[in-house]
Amino acid sequence: MGTIELVATRYRPEQDVQPWEQRYTVPCSEDMSLLDALNYIKDELDPSLSHRWSCRMAICGSCGVMVNGEPKLSCKTFLRDYREAGVVQVRALDNLPVERDLVADISGVVEHIEAVKPWLIRHSTAPVDTAHTQTPEQMARYHAFSQCINCALCYAACPQFGRNPAFLGPAALTLAQRYNLDSRDEGSSERMPWLNAEEGVWSCTFVGYCSEVCPKDVDPASAINRGKVASDINYGVNLFRLLRGKSDA
Amino acid sequence: MNQQQADIVIVGGGGAGLRAAIAAAESNPGLDILLLSKVYPMRSHTVAAEGGCAGVIQPHDSLDAHFDDTVAGGDWLCDQDVVDYFVRHATEENLRLEHWGCPWSRKPDGSINVRAFGGMQIERTWFAADKTGFHILHTLFQTSLKYPAIRRCDEYFCTDLLVEDGHCAGLLAIDMRSGEQTLIAASAVILATGGAARVYRYNTNGGIVTGDGMALAYRQGVPLRDMEFVQYHPTGLPGSGILITEAARGEGGVLTTCDGYRYLQDYGLGPETPLGKPQNKQMELGPRDRLSQAFWHEEQAGRTVATERGAAVYLDLRHLGEQRIQERLPFIRDLARTYVNVDAVHEPIPVRPTAHYTMGGIQTDRHTATCLPGLYAVGECASVGLHGANRLGSNSLAELGVFGRLAGEQAAERAAQGLAVDPQRLRPQAEAQAAGREALRTANGPERLAALRDEMACAMEAGIGIFRVPAQMSATIEKIAELKARYQQLGLKDGSRAFNTEWLQAIELGFLLDVAEAMSHAALARQESRGSHQRPEDFPARNDALFLKHSLARQQPGGAAEVSWQDVVITRSAPGERHYGGTTVQGANR
Repeated sequence: MGTIELVATRYRPEQDVQPWEQRYTVPCSEDMSLLDALNYIKDELDPSLSHRWSCRMAICGSCGVMVNGEPKLSCKTFLRDYREAGVVQVRALDNLPVERDLVADISGVVEHIEAVKPWLIRHSTAPVDTAHTQTPEQMARYHAFSQCINCALCYAACPQFGRNPAFLGPAALTLAQRYNLDSRDEGSSERMPWLNAEEGVWSCTFVGYCSEVCPKDVDPASAINRGKVASDINYGVNLFRLLRGKSDA
Repeated sequence: MNQQQADIVIVGGGGAGLRAAIAAAESNPGLDILLLSKVYPMRSHTVAAEGGCAGVIQPHDSLDAHFDDTVAGGDWLCDQDVVDYFVRHATEENLRLEHWGCPWSRKPDGSINVRAFGGMQIERTWFAADKTGFHILHTLFQTSLKYPAIRRCDEYFCTDLLVEDGHCAGLLAIDMRSGEQTLIAASAVILATGGAARVYRYNTNGGIVTGDGMALAYRQGVPLRDMEFVQYHPTGLPGSGILITEAARGEGGVLTTCDGYRYLQDYGLGPETPLGKPQNKQMELGPRDRLSQAFWHEEQAGRTVATERGAAVYLDLRHLGEQRIQERLPFIRDLARTYVNVDAVHEPIPVRPTAHYTMGGIQTDRHTATCLPGLYAVGECASVGLHGANRLGSNSLAELGVFGRLAGEQAAERAAQGLAVDPQRLRPQAEAQAAGREALRTANGPERLAALRDEMACAMEAGIGIFRVPAQMSATIEKIAELKARYQQLGLKDGSRAFNTEWLQAIELGFLLDVAEAMSHAALARQESRGSHQRPEDFPARNDALFLKHSLARQQPGGAAEVSWQDVVITRSAPGERHYGGTTVQGANR
């Protein structure tokens, strides 16, 4: 089955002043994922290497790491694709503080997600014993944006977030759009302050790398761009109201 | 040692834990509710549930029909008062999720769509394409954010329950980031930690599904109930065990041997249904225990497919066509492409049974309370009495809502009584427990963690698998006892505190070994065949006279589990025969 070299960037806060690299030789079979390799290292070579993982099927979002410079889920990355490169370089996700080894601190990303009111907001009360009607066409407007697994690969890819960690970033802005575009939701005006804020959609310079690295085809770049259109309309409406002497609280 | 206090602590942030937190916050917004989990909530294994969530909604369906399917599916080991409560409340929970934004799949007119599922006589499985658990989990997590009463300790690993004066008064947890131990005092603790199928070598479960809550309760003398009943899901990917949803068969997928024969007709599930026309409770829509057992026989007879990753049968979806596969089963197509390099539109998917779900768990009453006052359990870690000897697919997601809500309300009621214990009083026992954890972190014995874990997983496959024979069960029991002894001689290499996953995995292995012990002793004690517990050599038939009872495994100090028995609640369905398949001659086509 052959072997492949895996170089992991290590950082143990109790012992290390700065990150360093450790080289491992791991088996490389046709269907071995990078996660399998990391677990092989953990079990057989070096139990002190720390990484996050759980589902092994690209749905829990735990195992994001940088692989040869690209943000990827380790469970959906296969060693066979690196045979030619000869080496797999693994480090914690870019643009985030490192807790230890391959474990990035995603608490800031989760706070951004929490900030945009990512829940269905209703002002009218619908009877709880019936479902809202939502046609497949209505669902299609937001469905792709509801597929985000919060893996934070898009934050590792986003140059703007790298420069300014206060930028809400791709997943949070996408989630805001997911609810804004849901026919059952009545909360878009409550989310507008976040979208409009300095850290909202206007910080995005539309590099589009977030969409490229998304393992679930969520396309955050297009969500943010639609957010810009919504934000523009919102600005226009506010201006109109202002001119009429009514402020939109 | 850090110290915290809360009214309610919920351990586990999956569907059950989140639903409990929301219910507690809604019933008493003044409470301080702490949701503690070893992972960020959206990583919880609810995320991997695919097929759907049961709830009667069609006009020609009825609560009675859902009750009957569940009780027969569970081979009459379900508590019928619990099943009654469950079927009455399942649909309202699904509707509540709809009102919270869950993108349930719809019919063209915008109303809720339902699909067929194994063992259900009428379509009543709500679904969100083939990512139902993912959408339920994210909907609940996102909804939980709007309740100020709920705060979270993400990536806190619960190691011990704290019991004072016969009440559960809090817990001890490791803050994973720093490795520091934290004492948390609370009036009520809800365990919602999920299942334990990681005791098996091949399973559909994520790495975090290690029976934590079951072991925590077991160690405090709370019985684990019906632990011998472990569900093998008939369709996991060979090698990895990754789940291929039952919805693939609900939508019309068929199972075949190497020569294309639909073998289920030989196992009381026929007659063969026409391609693309699945019939409820027939052939591929039989219950999971029967389907997994049929695979075992086919493998013995040499009719399975040999793949690089072991024996398999084929799950054939090709006749559904690309459009339907893409609409209803997009995740399945993606999984098969990624992990076995098969495009389900053009080729059949190799699948095999793999350990999936623990029907049993922490014994609770029908209101989710354990026998330890102040301690509640809900979801897969609990045995509320719903699933009996075999769970029907899509009943477990529904369970999270129905009983998660109930657990949250019950805990809120208790918390309002002001029973909180001063954390200072818990300090001595917490310090003692913490010292044990510290000793493990720096243990330097000769035994290797990964070796013990793999030996346990292989022993469980061999002795407590789809079919159970006495000699192998006894060998497994001995092996688990041996491994528990060797566990005391572990050597860990890391030694640090911050995000030391070797240390956490060692604690998890301790949990798994306790759960494996309960499972294997309960399996040996149940001298009959029922549902997922099959003993073809020595006790091939169901024995209602002796075993229409729940098993209760209790940990003995320094010894093996002791098994006793509890009556099943039968209200209106007397034990009968399980009927699946149609009426014509079986196996006529081979």
